[in-house]
Amino acid sequence: MRFKHVFTIIGPAMVGPSSSHTAGAVRIGRVARQLLGCRPEKARVLLYESFAETYWGHGTDLAIAGGLLDYDTDDPRIPHVLEEARSLGLEITFEPSSGAAPHPNSAKIELWAGDRYAEVLGASIGGGNIEIHSLNGFDVSCSAQYPMLVIKHSDRTGILASITKVVSEAGVNIGFMDVDRKGRQGEAMTVIEMDSAPPEGMLESIRLLPDVADATIIDLAQRSGRA
Amino acid sequence: MRFQTLRQLVELCRSESTTVARLMIEEQVKETGETREQVIRQMAEYYQTMKEAVRRGIEQPTASRSGLTGGDAGRVASFAASGDPSSGREASTAMAYALAVSEVNASMGRVVATPTAGSCGIIPGVFVSSQERFGWPDEKLVEGLFCAGAIGYVIANNSSISGAEGGCQAEVGSAIGMAAGALVEMRGGSPEQAMHAVGLALKNTLGLICDPVAGLVEIPCIVRNGLGAVNALAAADMALAGVRSVIPSDEVIGVMLSVGRAMPREHRETALGGLAQTPTGRKLTEQLRARKRSGSDEQKEPVQP
Repeated sequence: MRFKHVFTIIGPAMVGPSSSHTAGAVRIGRVARQLLGCRPEKARVLLYESFAETYWGHGTDLAIAGGLLDYDTDDPRIPHVLEEARSLGLEITFEPSSGAAPHPNSAKIELWAGDRYAEVLGASIGGGNIEIHSLNGFDVSCSAQYPMLVIKHSDRTGILASITKVVSEAGVNIGFMDVDRKGRQGEAMTVIEMDSAPPEGMLESIRLLPDVADATIIDLAQRSGRA
Repeated sequence: MRFQTLRQLVELCRSESTTVARLMIEEQVKETGETREQVIRQMAEYYQTMKEAVRRGIEQPTASRSGLTGGDAGRVASFAASGDPSSGREASTAMAYALAVSEVNASMGRVVATPTAGSCGIIPGVFVSSQERFGWPDEKLVEGLFCAGAIGYVIANNSSISGAEGGCQAEVGSAIGMAAGALVEMRGGSPEQAMHAVGLALKNTLGLICDPVAGLVEIPCIVRNGLGAVNALAAADMALAGVRSVIPSDEVIGVMLSVGRAMPREHRETALGGLAQTPTGRKLTEQLRARKRSGSDEQKEPVQP
């Protein structure tokens, strides 16, 4: 089921004008921002199909920029976010693309901050809901409706067991899980959607596991700081 | 969720002697692990946001960011109050409120997606006007939103609520079906009657294309919200009167999906067809593009049709 509960239908509270091109776009931007783990210095946004044709009319650019600053969908600063981004020194380019996309409302976001880099391919599927198709080049499928644990690790026997053991010991239930690897014994990524926000320390424990290269939490339910 | 179709939803309500709204509240509690109070509080907040948007749209008419639209909610509200509207005062008030919320949305104001922002006027238009008319307490309307949500959940998972996927039938059409079904239940109709209202309403929007001028959620989206609220009232009345959707509502939802898939790309929110590509639609688009190129993003002078 693409839509899982009543608040994916009624909601979110949002600034207009479009749930798919504004609210969904904020969320895709926020996923990218949280994957990077800090405020980006530079962003390149590729827009596909309906996003490419109509982004300027829907404020999709403002919405994605708002997400890059970790704004929520109903943040009243969204209409003026480009000035804010400029004053923070965040350089954003928007490029309509004619390439193939997984969905009519798709965006690929690349972010840089120092030596950090993050890349997200996401689609806005209606009503402010999104589907993430790729994180840092790994094919995944997740909704970001739940707190997400994103782990980059080596493809080794038993690694998933050791990760899920930490999650289980933290008392967190796993709702959905997705694993992709570049090849046998190569780099792999695991995305775990959790029923509740993880307790403090869980992320650190996962980062310390052997064969784990990096781990991040993406949680769009968290309210970002309002000015 | 224990239901995936409207038929299953009605069967569950029947076997558990409950309403669609109450069943949805229970299912939501199970799905999210939140308490009943938390779930209801969240919906109550959304209802307050909807009421604020109605009030703002009626009391402070604002032009949209593009300058293409604004003020129609106030026009219709005045006409409803002082004139003798052909659709009756109640229907034209619902229409005014739906226009109001859609105008707030177009000005980048705060709304609730129901199920989307493009269709965010219909449910508040029907709900807030019905609340005033029948003197219902907020709690009843909040419950009604769960009924609307249950209907939308079935439509979204079996068809679509995205204009880019399925055209305007998926957005405005879904919202009309949700509002109609919920209104039937709030007025004391059975779950079965509520489901018939959904089918009756959706039949009238099958094939509706998504063709926003300049890609903006303004023309024709705003007036479609106003007209959609009236359609919802009419479909609810038909169902309460005992009219049945001979083609079962689940099958109508299936038709919405297949029609949406067959719809050309030009008519799925790309602004490459329909009203967006009329001579006037193209002219307005060009004027807005010129303004965008000149760098004055904040609109000063309205674009003149």
